[in-house]
Amino acid sequence: MRVSVTVNDIAQEHDVEPRLLLVQYLREVLGLTGTVVGCDTTSCGACTVLLDGESVKSCTVLAVQADGGRVTTIEGLGSEGHLHPVQEAFREHHALQCGYCTAGMVMAVVSLLAENPDLDERAVREGLEGNLCRCTGYHNIVRAALSLSGTGDRG
Amino acid sequence: MIPASFDYLRAGSVEEAVTALAGHGEDAKVLAGGHSLLPLMKLRLATPSLLVDVARLHELSYIRTGGGQLAIGALTRHGELQRSGVVRQHAPILSQAASLVGDPQVRHRGTIGGSVSHGDPASDLPAALLALGATFVVQGSAGTREISADDFFLGFLETDLHPDEMLTEIRVPAQGSAGWSFQKFTRRAQDWAIVGCAVVRGDTDRVALVNMGPTVLRARAVEDALAAGASSGDAARLAPEGTSPPSDLGAAADYRAHLARVLVGRALDEASAARSTR
Repeated sequence: MRVSVTVNDIAQEHDVEPRLLLVQYLREVLGLTGTVVGCDTTSCGACTVLLDGESVKSCTVLAVQADGGRVTTIEGLGSEGHLHPVQEAFREHHALQCGYCTAGMVMAVVSLLAENPDLDERAVREGLEGNLCRCTGYHNIVRAALSLSGTGDRG
Repeated sequence: MIPASFDYLRAGSVEEAVTALAGHGEDAKVLAGGHSLLPLMKLRLATPSLLVDVARLHELSYIRTGGGQLAIGALTRHGELQRSGVVRQHAPILSQAASLVGDPQVRHRGTIGGSVSHGDPASDLPAALLALGATFVVQGSAGTREISADDFFLGFLETDLHPDEMLTEIRVPAQGSAGWSFQKFTRRAQDWAIVGCAVVRGDTDRVALVNMGPTVLRARAVEDALAAGASSGDAARLAPEGTSPPSDLGAAADYRAHLARVLVGRALDEASAARSTR
């Protein structure tokens, strides 16, 4: 089936099998490997991207469901030397250890701040419950998100 | 994990979806948010030959009030239920239950109609709808019919929906001044409930349980005891009566029975307090 998706502001069009998952489309068809697969069971959130501005787990969305939509991946947020404010906050607060969950965490924080720019710690922790960090480095991730709360600085 | 191959049809109307379903029988499945169905398909526990994608039927995404009830389109997403001021005002238990489903990403995609149609006894929204006394409107080849939530859930992942029918609307009576509580016990964030319960205390008391049998179910013994004048504490002790909780990795059946007693007790007290402070 033919799908047209705007990914990181670039229009894409491909023939895909209906069973192709969005994460496979991003990684294997478009070569955008910044989005990783973690659990592959809708739990860990490592594959989180934005679909029409909202965080989704791309291992649980079919590429055909994103047809006509707008997808943002970690590659679409900032650029080398010009990080997105959420990426900058993660760097500043050392909000990563092994880094595997980081792309998904960053995308989840972007979506969370877009929905609620004024977050307290509880709201951040609950808002990130769909993203697991197996290094258990949550403390600095929460700090990074809180540093942007109320600043309006979310790109 | 990759689902088995299937054909994909994007329905342009409810009628088109129903016609496709009628033509394929039980081999076809309705796809809305996909957050119950796609995980099953990835594990190959479900291998439908046709997916009928109804997610673009935006006319099925709405929340309306009128005539003392709330009408919710089947494609309304959990996040919308959670944040809707209308739902918070007229059916706050539904808003609360929606806020406890999965995690933000799941709530961005999952729909109330999908959750109800899936018929998972561990789901939160069906129990809240049972406690509210909801009615489900379904459309099929033979037309439209209404099914009471009490008659809808027949077995594990089994509902009264015929293969050629899809759920289009959920109707719930406005809670008014009824007290309410939704309790969910999980071991980890974002999990399904080990046990949950939904209580609405209005003119009558309705108590529904999550994950205490093959379907969400009413705690009839508790309701009957309350109707006969029992205290909350005495009634709550009857919560496991008539249930058949599973033993699995999450908990043993007798622990689930214990949880049901504790959670129903808490919910009855919280609902009473909510009612008396109005």
